[in-house]
Amino acid sequence: MSVRVGEAAQAPDFPSAAKPILANTQIRHNVRRATEVIRAKRAKVVSELPEWEQLRESAYQIKQHTLRHLASYLEQFESACVRAGGQVHWARDADEANEIVVRIIQTHQESEVIKVKTMTSDEIGLNRALETAGITPYETDLADLVIQLAHDQPSHIVVPALHRNKMEIRRIFLKEMHLAELGEQPEDLTEAARKYLREKFLRVKIAISGANFMVAKTGSVCVVESEGNGRMCLTLPRVLITLAGIEKVIPRFEDLEVFLQLLPRSATGERMNPYNSIWTGVRPGDGPQEFHVILLDNGRTDVLQDAEARDTLNCIRCGACLNTCPVYRQTGGHAYGSIYAGPIGAILTPQLQRMQHSQSLPYASSLCGACYDVCPVKINIPEILVHLRSKVVEQGDAPLSERLAMKAAAFAFADEHRLAAAQKLARIGQWPVERNGVIRNLPGFLGGWTAVRDLPAIPKESFREWWIKRELKRQ
Amino acid sequence: MKSVLISLFIGCYNDTLFPETGKAVVEVLERLGHRVEFRLEQTCCGQMHYNTGYHRAAFPLMERFLDIFRDSEVICVPSSSCVAMMRDHYPKMAAASKDPRLQRDVREILPRVFEFSELLVDKLNVLDVGACFPHAVALHPSCHSLRSLRVGERPVQLLRHVRELKLVDLPEAEQCCGFGGTFAIKNADVSAAMLSEKVRNVLDSGAEVCTSLDNSCLMHIGGALSRLRAGIRCMHLAEILACTEESR
Repeated sequence: MSVRVGEAAQAPDFPSAAKPILANTQIRHNVRRATEVIRAKRAKVVSELPEWEQLRESAYQIKQHTLRHLASYLEQFESACVRAGGQVHWARDADEANEIVVRIIQTHQESEVIKVKTMTSDEIGLNRALETAGITPYETDLADLVIQLAHDQPSHIVVPALHRNKMEIRRIFLKEMHLAELGEQPEDLTEAARKYLREKFLRVKIAISGANFMVAKTGSVCVVESEGNGRMCLTLPRVLITLAGIEKVIPRFEDLEVFLQLLPRSATGERMNPYNSIWTGVRPGDGPQEFHVILLDNGRTDVLQDAEARDTLNCIRCGACLNTCPVYRQTGGHAYGSIYAGPIGAILTPQLQRMQHSQSLPYASSLCGACYDVCPVKINIPEILVHLRSKVVEQGDAPLSERLAMKAAAFAFADEHRLAAAQKLARIGQWPVERNGVIRNLPGFLGGWTAVRDLPAIPKESFREWWIKRELKRQ
Repeated sequence: MKSVLISLFIGCYNDTLFPETGKAVVEVLERLGHRVEFRLEQTCCGQMHYNTGYHRAAFPLMERFLDIFRDSEVICVPSSSCVAMMRDHYPKMAAASKDPRLQRDVREILPRVFEFSELLVDKLNVLDVGACFPHAVALHPSCHSLRSLRVGERPVQLLRHVRELKLVDLPEAEQCCGFGGTFAIKNADVSAAMLSEKVRNVLDSGAEVCTSLDNSCLMHIGGALSRLRAGIRCMHLAEILACTEESR
C-alpha cells in the first residue's frame, strides 16, 4: 500500500526547507499579513459567541463518538446514500481512489473535469493521475486556480494561495490566461477568473468535489465555500464525484448545527459561509443525475488505531491553527513538504506517511500551545507532536548527537551528586568558549544557538552550592 | 498569616545557569515570614527529555520528584514550564505505567505544586511583597504560563504592586519567543526568526528590563538582546520582587 500526501512526498526536512523561505521577504510579508487579517477576524466573531467553549466541547464529543463507531457510521452513510440514488466506492489508498475517479470519467468518455476545492484530491495527487490518463482538471476555487495556473503548491489549508499577493496573481493571470491587459484591483482579477471559469462551468460535464461533512443517517454531503464556484460545480454538471476521507462522517443532520457554527468562524472569520451546499443522492431533473462518493482511507485507519494520536482525525480543516502558529507565520506552508501545512500538517503528514520523509515535522513546533487554544475540535496538537517525537526516538531515528546528549543528561539527572559533578565539569569545560560571563560561539549542533544568540556562561556557584554554604553558615 | 514551610524545586537549568532566581525566591518568601527548604536530592522534572520524545528517560525523573517531595506541604517551582510538565504530563505518564501507586502519588502531589506567582497570589494571598524597582519593565507571558498554567493576571498584579516600577506594554506579547527547548537547536533558523519578532517588540516597548516566569524564555530573549548589545536586561519575576528600597 502506498500512502502519499500530495506531490511532495520526497520533500527535504523542515529545517532545510525553511531556510530559503526565511530569506524570502516577499513570502514572509504575504504570510504575515494574510494570517494577521484572518486571525483578527476570527477573534472578533468568536468573541461574539459566549457559548464558544461549549460548542468546541460538543464538536469534540461528536467526533470522539463518531470515531469510536466509525465503521458502523460509514456503513450507515453508504446505505443511506445508495438509497438516495448515489453510488459509494471504498478506496484503501491514493492509487485506488485515483483509479476509481479515472474509471468513472472514462466510462463517460469525457476528457475534462471541473473541481471544487478539495484538499483530499491534492493529498492523493489526483490532478497528476488525471493528466496521465489524458483528462484535464480545472480548479474552480479562485485560490486553487491561481495555484494551478502558476504550477505552484498550496501553502494553506483554507487559503491555498496565501503566499501570493495581488500583483503576483495579476502577473500569473496575464500570462496563463493569455490576456492582453488586466487591471490591478481585486475586482479586475476576480472578473478575469469569472470569465475564464464560466465557460468551463457551462461546458464540462463532470465535477469533482471534496466534502466537509457526510451525514450518516441521511446520506447527505455538505460542502461550504465562499465564492459560489463550488455551487456551480455541484449543480451544473451531469456527473458529480465526491472524494472524502472516512473521518468526514458525522452521525446526524442536527450535528451540522455545531460544526457549521465552528467552521466558518474558525476558518475565515465569517459567521456563516456564503455558500452552504447540502445534497442527498440524485434528484431526477435537478442537478447531477449521477453521483459517486469515494470513501478514502489512505492511512486514516492506522491513525485511528493509535489512541494517543487519534484526535488528529477530529480535524475539520479550518486552518485556524495555521493562522495562529508562530512557526507557520515565519515559514508559510511550503516548508512542511505536504499539502497539509502548519501545526495540523505537522501531526497529520507524518502519520499518513507513516513517518517516512516527514520525521522532522513533529519537531517543527515550539510547543507554544496556540494551536490547541484555537482548535474548534480541541485537538491537543502539542501533545500529539510530543507523542510523535517519542515514536521517532523509539524507532532509533533521532540524530546521534541528540541521543548522546540526552543520554548524558539522563545520567546526570539520575542523582544529585552526578548533577553537581556535571555542573562543575561544565564550568571548567566552558573555558575555551567563555568570555566575561558570556558564550558567543559554540561548536557542532549547538552552534545554531550561538549563531544569533549569546548564552550566559555557567556561573561560579550553582544554586545548590550556594544553599549548602548558607546552611553551613547558619548552623 | 501563619508561617508556611515551602519546599523549593528549583529546576535543573535554574540551579545550573540562574542561581540568582533561586536566591531571589528564597529572599522574597523569607521576607514574607515563611520558611524555605531545599531538598538536595532534587535534579530535574524530566521536561527536556519528555518534550524531545525521550519518554523512557523522563519516567525515572518523575518518580524521583514524587519520592523527594512526597511529604512536602507546599512545593514552589519558579518555572511555569516545569509546572506544566508536571500538570500536563505526569498524570498521563503515571496512567501509562499502569501502576496505581504512582497514579495516586501524582494525584496527591499536584495540588501542592505551585508556580512562583501562583504561590504568592493563591496560596500566600499576597500581591504586595514590599518590593521596589525603579525601572520600566515589560512582561513576556511565557507560553506555558499563559496557555498551560493559565496564570492570567497574577504576574501583572504582582508587578503593579512593586513601588516605582513602570509596567510597559509589550506588543504581541502572547506570541511565542521561539525557544521551545530543543526546538531552538533543531530548528535554529525558524527559532531565530521568531526571536527577532519578540526582540523587536521588546525594543519597541521601551522597557529597560524584560521579565517572565520562565528563565528559559529569558535566556533566549536575553541571548539576542545581549548579542545586539541592546542594553536591556532580562530578569525573572522573583528577582524583581526581591529588590527593595534598601537593596537598590
